[in-house]
Amino acid sequence: MPEKNLLGIEGLSAEDIYKYLDLADNFLGVLERPIPIVPALRGKTILTLFFEPSTRTQISFSIAAKRLSADVVNFSISSSSVIKGETLLDTAKNIEAMKVDGVIIRHSVPGAAKVLADQLDAFVINAGDGGHEHPTQALLDLMTIRQRFGKFKGLKVLIVGDIAHSRVARSNIFGLKTLGAEVGICGPPTLLPLEIEKFSVQVFYDLDEAIKRFDVIMALRIQLERQESGLFPSIREYRNLYGLTKQRIKQMKPNAVIMHPGPTNRGIEIDPEVADGNKSLILRQVKNGVALRMAVLFIHAGGKIE
Amino acid sequence: MNRILIKGGRVVDPGSNRDGKFDILITNNKITRVGKKIVQKGARVFNARGLIITPGFIDLHCHLRDPGRPDEETIESGSRAGIAGGFTTLCCMPNTEPVIDNEGIVNYIIKEALRVRLCRIFPIATITKRREGEEITEFGELIRAGAKGFSDDGDTVADANVLRHALEYSKIFDVPIFEHPIDNNLAQDGVMNEGYYATKLGLKGAPAIAEDVIVARDLLLAKFTGARLHLCHISSKGAVQLIRKAKQDGVRVTCETCPHYFYFNDQALETFDTNYKVNPPLRSEEDRQAIIEGLRDGTIDCIATDHAPHTQAEKELEFARAPSGMTGLETALSLVIMELINHQHFSWLEVIEKLTINPARILKEELGRLKPGLPADLAIIDPEKRWRYTEAKVKSLSRNSPLLNKELKGKVVGLIINGEIKFLPGDKVV
Repeated sequence: MPEKNLLGIEGLSAEDIYKYLDLADNFLGVLERPIPIVPALRGKTILTLFFEPSTRTQISFSIAAKRLSADVVNFSISSSSVIKGETLLDTAKNIEAMKVDGVIIRHSVPGAAKVLADQLDAFVINAGDGGHEHPTQALLDLMTIRQRFGKFKGLKVLIVGDIAHSRVARSNIFGLKTLGAEVGICGPPTLLPLEIEKFSVQVFYDLDEAIKRFDVIMALRIQLERQESGLFPSIREYRNLYGLTKQRIKQMKPNAVIMHPGPTNRGIEIDPEVADGNKSLILRQVKNGVALRMAVLFIHAGGKIE
Repeated sequence: MNRILIKGGRVVDPGSNRDGKFDILITNNKITRVGKKIVQKGARVFNARGLIITPGFIDLHCHLRDPGRPDEETIESGSRAGIAGGFTTLCCMPNTEPVIDNEGIVNYIIKEALRVRLCRIFPIATITKRREGEEITEFGELIRAGAKGFSDDGDTVADANVLRHALEYSKIFDVPIFEHPIDNNLAQDGVMNEGYYATKLGLKGAPAIAEDVIVARDLLLAKFTGARLHLCHISSKGAVQLIRKAKQDGVRVTCETCPHYFYFNDQALETFDTNYKVNPPLRSEEDRQAIIEGLRDGTIDCIATDHAPHTQAEKELEFARAPSGMTGLETALSLVIMELINHQHFSWLEVIEKLTINPARILKEELGRLKPGLPADLAIIDPEKRWRYTEAKVKSLSRNSPLLNKELKGKVVGLIINGEIKFLPGDKVV
């Protein structure tokens, strides 16, 4: 039995990860049924608590919970009400009083999910805490990679872009290393975090050099405000150096694939033709996301198969 | 005549280079004798067998939040916290509301300290008016009112030309300029040390070079002006190396570190406990080791607390929004004993000098040693006492300490200030 909460990939064993992935593969079958619902979490109440907007992730969790027959309450708190003084701890105490079974939290501050989990009896799933972790995204990425390649040992995965601010990159690095994959990162040094090499990843600045060597190329969303803070000079130059352009992907290995956690900046970090092309697994990731989140909710809510 | 005779204790007095069994006689407010087997009729005798007697500690750097934030701390509550931790003198930093940049506020602090009559309070005034980093304050008037040094603590004097003039002007009075050496352009809004753990936790990092570049600049300015520079809360390996070199070159520089920089490293942030958020941030293990080396070879002159009280409501905020700082007056000695004495095998003389005679010399005050004729400020320490720093024990108005509810070792069990007994073993703290 895994821990009560899922706060991050760091610290999970390979066995823990495979438990999520195996169950998620089973739930994919449920999603193919004419009535894609199982009564596994009937009577359970799941709260999605989003302190920063992320329509896709919130919808994905909501659908996953509903497919398991849980009651879902979606709650989005604008950052303005947080600034008004509603602290996370105050929110946590209110939730505790309302007796929900599980909370899915998205917050802009690293550690927010842990702060909440430390306060609640309900289980907590981290749906992204600042630049720290986004465990369900990494698990669905791992699920997608396994579907395509069948194994992780010796597989080479390159993560491209703003590693420094990316929770997706961190969670994927932790998960991929645990499962035995080789991980490379590629981006401008201004967007690579200090001492990242201590996580046993290969560091590249030149995407044309790196792209030839990897089986999976995972692009990250570039936040336009990074340019404003002077971390790269222009969108044009970013695209020229680190965009997955039509031209550049021709250098990829024949069987290599492209992934992206979404939402994509089409024409910036990835060309539309590439995102929609035959190397892209992006929509596959979205579909797997629902099944994977069903597996996470099932495991943490103590679901039963009838 | 009021006489107190402390018998049978181990006296550790670095200012007199003395470590051994001695008796101490206090007459009225002064130390009158330190020697073997003193006999004095009519004295109140206190048996200090098994205990260590040192000069009262002098904290060069604490925040008493007075005036302006009586919800966080006051001169009275901060003094009580200081006394509980063995401090007989506190230098309070001027980033109050309003800031200490004129005689009126200095007078207020001095009067308030006299009113509460707990420990010595030495105000540090700002280097620049309104602490804005532009025009220097009236050093002469402020010193006459009682200011003991100048600091824009909380911020570096960012404009090198302003700092140059402040250093030059300070030479009239030969007072130290206390610099807070952090380049805010490099540190930005980082909440922890940039490096392995920040990378792992996704918390925004502030790099150690933000400290190093200002230390380098300030040392050059100190050398150029020939003025006295005191660098606050040194936390990085690079800064220790720069200061070591500058001292060899004869620059008139002194510096302090804080207990949290030799006791914790940035791995502590894995808890996401905002009580570990301090400025400068807790650094890497390599930096921590360099701080210990700096303390050992004398590069670092003083241990100051940077006691920084904040309310629970402020520290309950999420990491990026919570203010920096931890309280430290009540726990400083325990960290010194547990880490420096027990773990790193410093001698008592080596560590106590950084809490007594060294800060006294920087302030040019006749304090910090147990010498006949000097004010009787002394601390009595039980180095083996195990205790828990619980909410009920906290004297500060704030409890933003990661050591809260932790078991600690070594405690001040007695304190005398200016001949006045604040508490003795068995007594309750005033």
